[in-house]
Amino acid sequence: MARQLNRPGRPWRGVVLAGAALYFLVPLAASVVFTVDVPGQGVTFDAYTQIFGTDGFVSSLLLSLELAAATIAIVLLLMVPAMVALRLGAPKLRPVVEIVCSLPLVVPPIAFVAGIGTVLKWGPEHLSRTPLFQTFVSIQNPDFPFVLVLAYVVMALPFVYRALDAGLRAMDVRTLVEAARSCGAGWPQALVRAVLPNLRGALLNASFLTLALVLGEFTVAQLLGFQPFAVWIVNVSGSQAQLSVAVSVLSLLVTWALLLALAGFGGRSRTAPRG
Amino acid sequence: MTATTLEKAATTAATVEFLGLRREFGRTVALDGLDLTARPGELLALLGPSGCGKTTALRMLAGFEHPDSGEVLVDGEDVTRVPAHRRDAGMVFQSYSLFPHLSALDNVAFGLRMRKVRTAERQARAAELLELVGLGDKGASFPHQLSGGQQQRVALARALALRPRVLLLDEPLSALDAKVRLTLREEIRRLQQELGITTLFVTHDQEEALSMADRVAVMRAGRLEQCAAPAELYGRPATAFVAEFVGTMSRIPGRVTDGTVEVLGQRLPVDGEAPASPEVDVLVRPEAVRVTAEDASDARVVASAFLGAATRVTVRLADGTEVKADLPTHEAAALGAGTAVTVSLPERPVLVADRL
Repeated sequence: MARQLNRPGRPWRGVVLAGAALYFLVPLAASVVFTVDVPGQGVTFDAYTQIFGTDGFVSSLLLSLELAAATIAIVLLLMVPAMVALRLGAPKLRPVVEIVCSLPLVVPPIAFVAGIGTVLKWGPEHLSRTPLFQTFVSIQNPDFPFVLVLAYVVMALPFVYRALDAGLRAMDVRTLVEAARSCGAGWPQALVRAVLPNLRGALLNASFLTLALVLGEFTVAQLLGFQPFAVWIVNVSGSQAQLSVAVSVLSLLVTWALLLALAGFGGRSRTAPRG
Repeated sequence: MTATTLEKAATTAATVEFLGLRREFGRTVALDGLDLTARPGELLALLGPSGCGKTTALRMLAGFEHPDSGEVLVDGEDVTRVPAHRRDAGMVFQSYSLFPHLSALDNVAFGLRMRKVRTAERQARAAELLELVGLGDKGASFPHQLSGGQQQRVALARALALRPRVLLLDEPLSALDAKVRLTLREEIRRLQQELGITTLFVTHDQEEALSMADRVAVMRAGRLEQCAAPAELYGRPATAFVAEFVGTMSRIPGRVTDGTVEVLGQRLPVDGEAPASPEVDVLVRPEAVRVTAEDASDARVVASAFLGAATRVTVRLADGTEVKADLPTHEAAALGAGTAVTVSLPERPVLVADRL
């Protein structure tokens, strides 16, 4: 059907493509030009070479990558068993889980962080005499603010849910698990040896989306007063405008590189043709 | 391709018993007190229409379903509470169930890996099993590179890899095309006999069940209707349901008096017990019906279907009843549609059932 719809609209394809390309490429090109074309000096790559020497670049990028790694680990450990169990045990609950996992899309981050902030203020006051007080302190450790990981896990749910759902849809989870079990594999082994290897593409997708989300997240980190990569970019933009745009362009290129790596990696996924 | 010494371990074939199995899914009763025994080394087919509980019974033996009440015994030992991976039952599934990320060889070796068999040993044994199912050269292929029939052969080799006490086949041929189905059917039977492994085979295809199995258990609505050798099932069906489900049956109205039934102008003895009401249907197989041309008759040939050596002729009697008869093709050639014919039965006891 899609083909039939496309055929009469073929001239429009070029127009739409050109429009979209302009929309995306013009700001990008403008950013690049802004960073390399310094008035009075001609074309120079100083802005890019400065990046690595600027105070806070390495520490904030490392912090963001650490947060991303922790978020990916936790969200996958949470969602993979949950979604496999959902497929096998309670397929009727699927819409409920889907809605719950989509909620972070409709709750604005600003409202979300306001809630977190309130809890972080309220908690220590009421729990000051219990060991939980120390918990509240340690999750806000600026070297590794675990509270951000918790927030990012929630924010990543919609993307992870969709990526995993697509992966699980492409295979017959029940039959694979049963086949593994009839071959003498216990439940954990069936999951690890039979299901996970076939979810490789979906796991990579989910990880990548989460990584992109964490690298670019600003609102929550800024309002809770931590300084991962995105916050650092905004902070340096006040003093060094060219540098901050250069960092943005660089992070965009890094993201693309990761995306391409993923496409090359997951593209070889060996999902069996059905039928 | 002969079974190696390794395979012959199955000399002590297992007995499988289902005792009063009952299982409900919500309001539907999948199994309603199933009692059935598979003898050591036999191929027992579970045959029935969809929803009769045959797959549920098989899955209970595999450990994927649990009965609400009743027991599953293997060699007299209650395995009802044993988890699936310790059941010692190899299973081939209806849908393609090979692990897509593993080669054919690794698929077969999967169970051995779970049992922590050393790499060299499990590779050797997996290769041997692939040889056994005629795919010795396909070890390195991935499932998506194999045809449906080849995939099911690999699945069979995988199911046999752990030398299970019982082999479970859940409609393994239903996704394949007709020709592959026939050859694989023979091959499964040959392997099963060579290994002497007790095998349960679920199918809704009566021809498949009759041609492969030592005994066929016909199920209906969660209960066993009859369990017998194919010839007995066909020749002496215990119930009208079995009679009509297995093979083709025509119903001809008749009237019972004193243990004989009057049908088509003949008086024939009733086989088995006659129903209470005198108005009955006589059940006849197409090969037992004789058709001869006779101008004075009211019965007409309405259709004929060429089956090869025989032709199946459908005759409509004066009262509208349709009777199917298999005639040698050269005889049927003379009986075109519209020909006036008479229908008669051989002088043998006939099966009767309550009129529908």
